[in-house]
Amino acid sequence: MTVLAIDTSNFSLGIALAKGDQVIGEYITNIKKNHSLRVMPAIERLVGDCDLKTADLKKIVVARGPGSYTGVRIGVTIAKTLAWTLNIPLAGVSSLEFLAANGRYFTGIVSPLFDARRGQIFTGLYRFNGNRLETILEDTNMLATEWAGKIKQYNQPVLFIGNDTPLHKEALQNILGDAAFFAPPALYNPRPGELALLGMEKEGEDIHSFVPNYVRLAEAEAKWLGQQRD
Amino acid sequence: MEKDQIILGIETSCDETAAAVIKNGKEILSNVVASQIESHKRFGGVVPEIASRHHVEQMTIVLEEALNQAGIGYSDIDAIAVTEGPGLVGALLIGVNAAKAIAFAHNIPLVGVHHIAGHIYANRLVTEMKFPALSLVVSGGHTELVLLKEHGDFTVIGETRDDAAGEAYDKVARTLHLPYPGGPHIDRLAHEGNPSLKLPRAWLEGSYDFSFSGLKSAVINTLHNAEQRGENIEPADLAASFQESVIEVLVTKTLQAAQAYDVKQVLLAGGVAANKGLRAALTDGFESLSDIELVVPPLYLCTDNAAMIAAAGSVLFQKGKRSSLALNGNPGLDIEQSMF
Ligand SMILES: [Zn+2]
Repeated sequence: MTVLAIDTSNFSLGIALAKGDQVIGEYITNIKKNHSLRVMPAIERLVGDCDLKTADLKKIVVARGPGSYTGVRIGVTIAKTLAWTLNIPLAGVSSLEFLAANGRYFTGIVSPLFDARRGQIFTGLYRFNGNRLETILEDTNMLATEWAGKIKQYNQPVLFIGNDTPLHKEALQNILGDAAFFAPPALYNPRPGELALLGMEKEGEDIHSFVPNYVRLAEAEAKWLGQQRD
Repeated sequence: MEKDQIILGIETSCDETAAAVIKNGKEILSNVVASQIESHKRFGGVVPEIASRHHVEQMTIVLEEALNQAGIGYSDIDAIAVTEGPGLVGALLIGVNAAKAIAFAHNIPLVGVHHIAGHIYANRLVTEMKFPALSLVVSGGHTELVLLKEHGDFTVIGETRDDAAGEAYDKVARTLHLPYPGGPHIDRLAHEGNPSLKLPRAWLEGSYDFSFSGLKSAVINTLHNAEQRGENIEPADLAASFQESVIEVLVTKTLQAAQAYDVKQVLLAGGVAANKGLRAALTDGFESLSDIELVVPPLYLCTDNAAMIAAAGSVLFQKGKRSSLALNGNPGLDIEQSMF
C-alpha cells in the first residue's frame, strides 16, 4: 500500500511517501515560507521523483493539528480533497503524536510541543511501549509552567521535543529540574515519514466530516459562549 | 461539432462555500452554495476564523453535490476555475487548495479568477455579452464601475474612495438596530417609508468615483441630533432617505458613464444588486436609452456563487490563462492585473 502523508500544521512543512513499511520519499523544510503556495508543488515533485502517479496512491494521511489554524487547514483541505477525489481512505494523526515518535529510544515519557504564544504551548504526553506509541495525556493547550507542574507528578524523566522547545526550556527546567530532558536540534523537526507510518496503521475516517483538531475554540466563539453563560 | 467546454468553479472568498459546473461559459449544470450566514449572525458580522473553519467542513460536500447534480466525471472537465482573490485570506486558501488538489489528482488545468470578474460574468449566465460593456459592481466590499472592451479585458473607471455601498448599508442598519445582514432590512424598510429627510450626495464631479462615508456620518448625526432634541425619527423614513441618496448617485454615474463610453450593455453585479430599489431605479433610468441593454441577473446569481466564477474562468481559460500548482490566495488581487 502506498501512502501520501502531509504536514503543514506548524512552521515546518513535511511530505512523505511510504510503501509497505518503507518510507520511499521524504521532504521537510523548516523555513518561513508560505505553505499554501508550496505544498502542492512539493507533493507533485515527490510523487514524480518516486515514479508514482496519483492513481498509485492508496491512502492519504494528514497531520490534523494542533498548530497554526491556517496551516493545519491547508494540509487538511488538500488531504480531504485528494482522498475524496481519488476515492481512497483518509487518516488523521495528531501533529504532536508523530513529533513524539522522534523520542522513540527515550526511556521515560515524551512531551512534544509547539509554541502557542503568550507563554502557552500545544502539547500532549506520550510513551513508547516497546515499539508502540501510547498516549498518556490528550493534546492540550496551556501555560508551559502549568504543564510542567502537571507532569511533575509522574515522577519520571520527560523528554521535550520540537523546534519551539528553546523558547520554553527555562520555564520547564525551573519546575522539573533534572527530570527534564531536551532532544537535540537534529530531532526537532516533525518527520513526515513517521506520520506516514503511523497513519498507515490507523483506520480511515469519514472524509466529509473530517476536521482539524484546533484544540482551542475560535476567539469569537469562546467569547460568544461566555456571554451566553452570563 | 466542437466538443462542449465544461468548467468546474469553486468560490470560498467570504462566507459561502460554493461549487458549480457550467457548460460553454453560459449554461449552468449545477450551482451549489452552502451559506454560513446563520453561524455568523451570532457575531453580527462575518468572523474570518469561523468562516475558514466552516469552509473546511463544507468543501468536499459541496464539490460532490455539484459534480453529482451536473452528472459529469473528471474526464469531462476542461478546467477548474477558482477564486484567487480578493477576499478573506484564510477563506480563499480553502478553495484554492481544494482546487489545486483536484487539478493535481486528475491532471486538469487550473485557472485563478478575480472575484469581481466572477460577479460581472454572472451576467453571461443570463444573456450573451456585447462589447463595449459597462458593469456596475456593488457589494459588501466593492463599489466600482468596470469597463469591458472585450471578454476578459477589465478597466476600472470609477471606484469608492472610502466605504463600499454595502458597508454603508451595514453600518446604517446597525445604527437603526436592524439584524445582520442589514442590507435587505434597509431595502424593505425603505419601501415602507418616505425619503423626507435631507441627506447629502457625494457627486465628486469630473470622476466616476464614489464616496459613502459622508452619507453614513450624516445618517448617524441626523439620528443623534433628533434624539438630543427629543424628536422622533421614523426609521422607515431614514432608511428611505438613505437608500434614495445611495441609489441616485449609483444610477446617475452609471448612466453618465454608459453614454460617455458608448456601451452596448450595462451589467449589474454584486450582492447589493439584489436590492429592489436599485434594480427599479436602474430599469427606470435606462428605459429611455433604447440602444443600451440593461442586464440584471436573478438574485441567486448576484450573491456569491461558483457558477459566476466558472463563467469568468471559461473565458479566461479560452484566452489561454493557466495557473500553476503554486497558485495562492491573494486578498488584494487587482482586477486589471488578473488576466494572466
Ligand atoms: Zn462577492
